[in-house]
Amino acid sequence: MSKKVTGTTWNVYDANKLTQAEIYGQVLCDLGDEHSEIVGLSADLAKSTKIGLFQEKFPERFVNVGIAEQNMFGIAAGMAKTGLKPFVSTMAVFASLRAAEQIRTDICYQKLNVKIIATHGGVAFASAGTTHQATEDIAIMRSFANMTVIVPADGIETAKAVKAAVKYPGPVYIRIGRGFEPSYYKDENYDFQIGKSIEIRQGTDITIIATGITVLQAAEAADFLAENDGLSVRVINIHTIKPIDKEAILKAVTETRRLLTVEEHSTIGGLGTAVADVIAESGKGCAFSKVGLQDEFAEIGYPEDLYAHYKLNADGIIENVREIMGKDFEEDDNWEDEY
Amino acid sequence: MLTTDEHKKLLETARTIRHSIIDTTMKAGGAHIGGGLSMLDILVILYFKYLNIDPSNPDDPHRDRFILSKGHGAIGYVPTLAERGYFDKALLDTFNKFKSPFGMHPDSLKIKGCDASTGSLGHGLPMALGMALGAKMQKKDFNTYCIVGDGELNEGSNWEAAMAAAHHKADNLILFVDRNMQMIDGPVEQIMGLEPLADKWKAFGWETLEIDGHDMIELSKAIDYALEIKGKPTVLIAKTIKGKGVDFMEDQTKWHYGAIDSEKGKQAHLSVDKMYADLGI
Ligand SMILES: Cc1ncc(C[n+]2csc(CCOP(=O)(O)OP(=O)(O)O)c2C)c(N)n1
Repeated sequence: MSKKVTGTTWNVYDANKLTQAEIYGQVLCDLGDEHSEIVGLSADLAKSTKIGLFQEKFPERFVNVGIAEQNMFGIAAGMAKTGLKPFVSTMAVFASLRAAEQIRTDICYQKLNVKIIATHGGVAFASAGTTHQATEDIAIMRSFANMTVIVPADGIETAKAVKAAVKYPGPVYIRIGRGFEPSYYKDENYDFQIGKSIEIRQGTDITIIATGITVLQAAEAADFLAENDGLSVRVINIHTIKPIDKEAILKAVTETRRLLTVEEHSTIGGLGTAVADVIAESGKGCAFSKVGLQDEFAEIGYPEDLYAHYKLNADGIIENVREIMGKDFEEDDNWEDEY
Repeated sequence: MLTTDEHKKLLETARTIRHSIIDTTMKAGGAHIGGGLSMLDILVILYFKYLNIDPSNPDDPHRDRFILSKGHGAIGYVPTLAERGYFDKALLDTFNKFKSPFGMHPDSLKIKGCDASTGSLGHGLPMALGMALGAKMQKKDFNTYCIVGDGELNEGSNWEAAMAAAHHKADNLILFVDRNMQMIDGPVEQIMGLEPLADKWKAFGWETLEIDGHDMIELSKAIDYALEIKGKPTVLIAKTIKGKGVDFMEDQTKWHYGAIDSEKGKQAHLSVDKMYADLGI
């Protein structure tokens, strides 16, 4: 049975019921009406990534290449060169690792209009283990010149990101989850611009910079800390990892002097590293720490177990905030008192 | 060749493990049961007849090696290792759960007896070739066995390894293709056709046999034959049925991955018993 596809706006009820990937599939169907240049590709994961919804609606504009990710991204590059706008979907781990060279050399190097919607990002496919968890994809993708990297907070933001990506020139990597992650946004009534972060909680004591599923967790942590610890916690939803919103980061450094990044990813090369670069280059000091996987392959378990274990949930974030609040950092020019 | 007694024992073992797969899937909250069941008879004949292994000495450098390239078959593989005595069967209850050694794909650092971590398709055959060449270079006489899925053969890395294995005359390598004709998005020949598959392998320089992957006698004859082949690797294209033994799963695309509740579980166990009863077991 094919899923009934309605207009571009669905109601909140739908957004809460659908997975990020399903919402992506539906949005792509709508966009397919307006943009005849959009085509879809998958590698035996049309169903799992929900690009299959697009396939059902536009079978003649869809190619399933079988289980062959390198081939798929090469084909997408060729299609883009003929004027088409390929949307390519597979799991984040296979896009970023198996087909890394095709994405870098065929797509990014030639600045092609290929949009990669990578599902099962982070440890979302938890029990599937390391072969199916993508904990390096952000690091890899952001290192490719010409690549734009987006990690939407939830299904609603996925819709906004996919729509923005269609209009955005060049390669875009959108990393989403497996599904069933709770939503942060209630509706689409907010401004979403690629490269521009969103301050979702104001605060002056510390800033949490979160991306993907950790946005909701950070917001909940901030509310809890305000109530219980009397802390004024700023939360930034940094949906675009590249280009990174330097302005918002530097503003947070200046105004809160304590920063915490939270990402469902290795702390090497991802959001935390991107933010650290901005801080270091600014020459400003602040207390800073990165939450994520610490140079390790993840355990087996259910997603909730892993989110808790790697301190990506509200409890873990609260713990980290409390720790960083007790950290010393250079507030003046006297370095002696630091040791 | 199998004696009548050996044949009967292998079937009994396969039945026991099929039940174990069903129970483990139920407790795990879901698994790749279709593909776990399709290759099970191959696993059973390898682990209970051919592989030169000793569960009490799992790191013996002279042991035969086995790689499950279609790593999502862990739900068939892990219970087989348990039945062979590598670890306590009670541990199967942790499958998929927090800090378990067993997830949907096997981890060689966590599972005793597991020679390679797999799950990303198209990695097993190159690693198996590496083991086969490693044996030759070190003048060891162990054999390396590998199972790939038929959908998995879409990955180009398999064909790079296929070319290299023939080039390097890896006659100590025996590959099984679990030819169950199904992948995730649909039937293999509809999603990405492989036929004429046997001709492809022959053209790549492999000794190629097409066999019934559920018939222990045929499997045994084919492996005996492969072990005698010199100067080239052998591939056994094993015709199988996805979900073999559980009637409602057989040849159903949707049973690539699934969960079973107690009602379905009961039905699945009955179906397995019926299949073996029909075989006189
Ligand atoms: C590189 C890679 N791409 C995609 C997947 C996702 N995936 C898991 S199983 C599977 C289908 C496998 O089909 P087949 O090899 O025929 O296995 P079987 O039908 O025997 O289960 C896919 C696409 C993967 N595990 N690895």
